Amino acid sequence: MIEERFDAIVVGAGMAGNAAALTMAKRGMKVLQIERGEYPGSKNVQGAILYADMLEKLVPNFREDAPLERHLVEQRFWMMDERSHTGLHYRSDDFNEEKPNRYTIIRAQFDKWFSGQAQEAGAIVLCETTVKELVKDAYGKVIGVITDREGGEVHADVVVLAEGVNGLLGTKAELRDRPAPDNVALAVKEMHFLPRETIEARFNLKGDEGVVIEAAGTISRGMTGMGFVYANKESVSVGIGCLVADFQKTGETPYDLLERFKKHPSIAPLIEGSEVKEYAGHLIPEGGYKAIPQLYGDGWVVVGDAAQLNNALHREGSNLAMTSGRIAGEAIFQVKSRKDPMTKENLALYKKMLDDSFVIKDLKKYKDMPDLLHIQSQNFFLTYPQLINKALQNFVRVDGTPKVDKEKVTIKSFVSARSWTGLFGDAFRFARAWR
Amino acid sequence: MTVEAPIRVEDKLFQNRYLVDVGNAHIKVKPHTKPSAELLALIKVCPAHCYELNTNGQVEVTPDGCVECGTCRVIAEGNGDIEWNYPRGGYGVLFKFG
Repeated sequence: MIEERFDAIVVGAGMAGNAAALTMAKRGMKVLQIERGEYPGSKNVQGAILYADMLEKLVPNFREDAPLERHLVEQRFWMMDERSHTGLHYRSDDFNEEKPNRYTIIRAQFDKWFSGQAQEAGAIVLCETTVKELVKDAYGKVIGVITDREGGEVHADVVVLAEGVNGLLGTKAELRDRPAPDNVALAVKEMHFLPRETIEARFNLKGDEGVVIEAAGTISRGMTGMGFVYANKESVSVGIGCLVADFQKTGETPYDLLERFKKHPSIAPLIEGSEVKEYAGHLIPEGGYKAIPQLYGDGWVVVGDAAQLNNALHREGSNLAMTSGRIAGEAIFQVKSRKDPMTKENLALYKKMLDDSFVIKDLKKYKDMPDLLHIQSQNFFLTYPQLINKALQNFVRVDGTPKVDKEKVTIKSFVSARSWTGLFGDAFRFARAWR
Repeated sequence: MTVEAPIRVEDKLFQNRYLVDVGNAHIKVKPHTKPSAELLALIKVCPAHCYELNTNGQVEVTPDGCVECGTCRVIAEGNGDIEWNYPRGGYGVLFKFG
């Protein structure tokens, strides 16, 4: 295959891999990027929201030619029971700014463009090639990879593992464990196509304005999980995801859950009459700070989903991936500039730089949240959404019942479902995990 | 009471593009006589319904429609029930949108 030796090999052409490859190639490093898909993006799945700031640090003028769908002017959080939803909506014309803050994207198209940026900077991208194994020297230092191409061994000073949440290489090489069922969620998603005027009318949008809906409640049937509806230009991304451990325990099927979500009276009118063109499934890292594996070693670093870098609460995954890829690239370049070897000791710089960034600071802040939401999933995803929706219906329905009596009914429903101790305990535990 | 027809995931998978590597299944189930709880779970959890019970009561995998999520690996690779690899380069599911 390729005879020459590289400064760095990047495994994977998703957000993290492309950011790492671009960062290093821009600085004149000789980078080989290996992608198993037909083209960068053809194996990648996301909701998907793109945060501009993290991309701007890599491609300052990305708005000129990146394939973006809609810039977000509105965010809806819905707490759902079987027939209702209680919503918190934030919409602001401030988001119609010259340089919008968030966009919806379609990953297969976006990644192709993003990889193009890395290639323009000089990275060599080899597609349709699966990396089968890491190559280590006699001292255990990673010195390259073995691909499924003929004579497919290729060497580099350092390997950046951007292989995604289901990274096999790192596990096979005993650099990290396979993700545990309670640290990953399985999400399924469909792409629903509609004329853009229809989307704009249904979602109250004009031009390229966009809206996203995040939904939790009885739609996950007591499992820790969330649904989402994202408006793209001419399509709507609809999906739902729950912890794999919960699926395993309950025996729920993901596509059954998705169908029920689509049929919910609050969701169905948004996608009515659409043409579905794709069905995808993907794992999402949900373990948070406590699930982060060893991030570097002799001759290697791990970035993005493979390193479990995802802020589930804020639904920030791809920007953590992008940022960790960029930081890894910068750290590697610094080590190389000093003409130092890519040892574990020297690559610790990556971890140090990541610790100083928002990536680890944010994950640390919510380190107790995954456990809380999982252990309390019946309360947070079934009991409370039902109670809250019932309370709101009671509040808005006018039927001649005195308001004092209405309040009594609502309070009683909360206390009989959770008891005073339970209610205060839940509030306390939630506040503590949030802090 | 109305009874809803079961959802056929095959209809969903039909929308997707695949390049099937005929004769090279990337997921294999280890031979067994009685399936473990983990293997049985895959019949329901797999989002592409790749796992099914055969007439002998064993769990079989047909990974042609696999979306390569890795859920089955997370559940059943640890106890040796299945062997998981990515398809050869270029093969498998090809997302147009992702």
